[in-house]
Amino acid sequence: MDDDIRIGIFVCHCGTNIGGIVDVPAVTEYAKSLPHVVFTQRNLYTCSETGLNAIKNGIKDNNLNRVVVAACTPRTHEPLFRGICSEMGVNPYFFEFVNIREQCAWVHQKDKKKATEKAKDLIRMGAARAALLEALDKYQIDVKPSTLIIGGGISGMSAAQVLANQGYETIIIENDTELGGQLRFHYSLYPGELDPQKVLSIKDGLLKNPKVKIYTSSKIKNIDGYVGNFDITIQKGEEEIKFTVGTIIVATGADVLKPVGLYNYDGKKVITQKELEQLIKSGGFNHKKIVMIQCVGSRNKERPYCSSICCMTAMKNARYIKKKYPDSEIVILNRDIYTSGTYQETYYREAREMGIIFTRYNKLKPPQVGKDTVTYYNESLKENIELNYDLVVLSTPLVSYSESEELSKMLKVPLDEFGFFLEAHVKLRPVDFATDGIFVCGTCKWPANVPESISQGYAAASRVTRIISKSSFSVEGSTAWIDQDKCIACEVCLKKCSYGAIARDEEDRVVVRTVLCKGCGACSTTCPEHAIHIRHFTDDQIESEITALMEGD
Amino acid sequence: MSSENTKNVMIIGGGIAGIQSSLDLGDMGFHVDLIEQEPCIGGRMAQLDKTLPTNDCSICILAPKLSDCFRHPNIKIHSMTKVEGIAKKDRGFSVSLKRQARFVKEDLCINCGMCVAKCPTKVLDSFDMKMRKRKAIYLYYLQGVPAVMAIDKVNCLHLKNLEKNKNVCGLCQQVCPKDAIDFTEKDTIYDLETDAIIMANGSNQYDPTPLYAYGYKKYKNVITSLEYERMISASGPTQGHIKRLSDNVHPNNIAFIQCVGSRDEHTNPYCSSICCTYSTKHAILSREHDENLQSYIFYIDLRAGGKGFQKYINRAKNEYGVKYIRGKVAEIKIDEDENPILFYEDLDTFEVSSKKVGLVILACAMIPSKGSEKLAKTLGVELDRFNFVKSSIDSPVKTNVPGIFAAGSVLGPMDIPHSVINASGAAAITAEYLSKGEK
Repeated sequence: MDDDIRIGIFVCHCGTNIGGIVDVPAVTEYAKSLPHVVFTQRNLYTCSETGLNAIKNGIKDNNLNRVVVAACTPRTHEPLFRGICSEMGVNPYFFEFVNIREQCAWVHQKDKKKATEKAKDLIRMGAARAALLEALDKYQIDVKPSTLIIGGGISGMSAAQVLANQGYETIIIENDTELGGQLRFHYSLYPGELDPQKVLSIKDGLLKNPKVKIYTSSKIKNIDGYVGNFDITIQKGEEEIKFTVGTIIVATGADVLKPVGLYNYDGKKVITQKELEQLIKSGGFNHKKIVMIQCVGSRNKERPYCSSICCMTAMKNARYIKKKYPDSEIVILNRDIYTSGTYQETYYREAREMGIIFTRYNKLKPPQVGKDTVTYYNESLKENIELNYDLVVLSTPLVSYSESEELSKMLKVPLDEFGFFLEAHVKLRPVDFATDGIFVCGTCKWPANVPESISQGYAAASRVTRIISKSSFSVEGSTAWIDQDKCIACEVCLKKCSYGAIARDEEDRVVVRTVLCKGCGACSTTCPEHAIHIRHFTDDQIESEITALMEGD
Repeated sequence: MSSENTKNVMIIGGGIAGIQSSLDLGDMGFHVDLIEQEPCIGGRMAQLDKTLPTNDCSICILAPKLSDCFRHPNIKIHSMTKVEGIAKKDRGFSVSLKRQARFVKEDLCINCGMCVAKCPTKVLDSFDMKMRKRKAIYLYYLQGVPAVMAIDKVNCLHLKNLEKNKNVCGLCQQVCPKDAIDFTEKDTIYDLETDAIIMANGSNQYDPTPLYAYGYKKYKNVITSLEYERMISASGPTQGHIKRLSDNVHPNNIAFIQCVGSRDEHTNPYCSSICCTYSTKHAILSREHDENLQSYIFYIDLRAGGKGFQKYINRAKNEYGVKYIRGKVAEIKIDEDENPILFYEDLDTFEVSSKKVGLVILACAMIPSKGSEKLAKTLGVELDRFNFVKSSIDSPVKTNVPGIFAAGSVLGPMDIPHSVINASGAAAITAEYLSKGEK
């Protein structure tokens, strides 16, 4: 080992998160005894500005060339600490993260002594690995300042508008014959009975904008490449069109559940809210006794989620009918009314004042739809009530778009258990995918109303602009490489790679396309010849950790 | 469009919305002035213990963003600063700002805490919902950014007596190893030119004191959800231990009351959107603190429309034994041990009933922040009838003033993901606005 290796170890109390369980002073003291360690310090919160300054001063005052932080998780904090190392002239890959919170303090809250011993073990392993780390560079990729938007509904169009108006090339692909998505089927929007045509008018701006290219009646056929340079193939009729874009926004929208087999749904006397909207829009509505049933096919075992827009939609339609036909009788059978936000509650109160009846049904005793009557159990009267109807309207949830799965495979981005697209972080990265350069907005991610879908479209545009406003983008330096002397070109790795990062090159060798590689290591573990190595996770580095672990008392 | 962008954007409010807008615009190459009235950015999210539905530690996911803001070459944080006035310029605005004296030099303070140790004056800490005391010289919160002390002018012995021409205390100045304390600092007023503005000045929580039937402030064991949030936080006033304020005893059962000051024509008619789920979080976390603790959530309608929220509630019911009772609590009384007794009608069984618990948490409405009305007036921004910024269905982050946009709960009650979404959204719309007519 090189004698010039100078390791600094910073142990975090994380308030009482770690400090309340692990004996941090003892662990810090212990860390001093480890090979190559020239400096140790403990901090109340290493990620606070004070903690970061302590790392900076530690590096400066002690000529550290390796930094170990024993704290929380690399998922949230590694970029921060690596950034500090870079700032101080230490290669970011000379930083080593030891998790003594999630993997130690939190899971061993009941045994403080053993937790302290484990923290020492983990730090000893980290220090051993730190000594063997190698400097790596991030790769710079040229970025094409353009965006492909998949789906021309309100969310996708909102994103397109913002991007195109900034002068960026924007391509919209829509599988329907025209832009507009679900909004085309509405006769009005709540709460102010806004004409959907007014919202859809952004379409006119897009059609006129020379920066916008629109492909309707088209489908994605293939997606290849990576952030900055996605190679897209689309199918428009017989024609195949190819182009390259820098970023992608997924805005495919959602379907409304067709309640086949539920509540005697027949599409005539028992219809969905969406069908009611179309009936009203086409002028074919002339009913007097209407029963609406909420949460049809949602908030149940199969779909344990609230679709969040159905209560307001039911009220909008009920209010419209009641206003136009004051002598009509409308009952809305519900489980909980979802009118969350500022204006929605007033909308609900006004609906009740108009004479629309809201009454609750028990999930365990759902209403029965007969030929001319709906029977439901009224909890307050403790008896079954029969309601005559000439129309039953079922409020069914938004469900994932039928082609989401195919698209998710092409994009290599995940879906959640209900088939909605899964964002990178539900709180703080709500329109990002974990994959660089691909973003998501609107109802393909989760049920959302019109303003939410528009906001998400704008948000996705913002995230895209961060990337395409610069000429290059840097990607992870921890990647795989193949030792060509050992490789037998069996292609097991090629099939295993989830990122399409392994391919044959022009000389027919199996190689890693570094910009696509995420350094996950799946290829390395499957290689029968042990020919694939992962930078930053070399065999030496990992073995040093295992050896260090075994060296413990 | 490039990193040589010379346009400025002012973002008012350094909570999660303001932070997200700042980072997005900063990354696009705009120069951002982030205005925060408190000594540190972070806002409401910094006060929260965990976030739902993943139960991620709130400050842990926020702290890297605070640092990103602080270190960003395009973002300048103006802490302890408020907007005083605005003038329309040919392009953009000239904004008059008032920076409250910190009495600590930001560039010198190393946050060593020696001043805090010596300061003799204890003050109720508003960050901890006044459940703990801090000193007159203090760091707003431990992970706060900028990580420098501030002196609270109203309570500092030296500053109070200086007005009377008396020279007392000054211990902080004596012990400071960096000579960072400057008692001569004055409030300053300065103007900044900016091309666009994003209002992200957040919201407050409704003070339930006027709702006499619930006995807030009269009964020690009836507290607000934000107070409970600090209580269960590991860095909070009780180090995360659940305690009754009457006797410091750990309660065996807790009642959470929904729609306090919301969905109520006498206070705020709107639904506050976030309470059903955060009370569920509180109940789950309470059970994680103590596996024998029983929680009851009293509600009118259970509202869990966000991603993963209904499952979160199902989990609370099935795995954490949380009991949901449909019904609004009419009145709270206490027994001789200061145990709250709740009187309510169960709307599933239609029976009038009562329940004795150890602690009551009131899920109070989100209301516009204190200074929101004044700020909106200064900027000429129209508010809705509840004093949230008025937006429309088809342009959800625009205000009535061209060049002024809005993000986060200044637009109405909303949770963190929605705040982040429209903060990024506002950033995009701002960038679009500033690029118009140039390409």
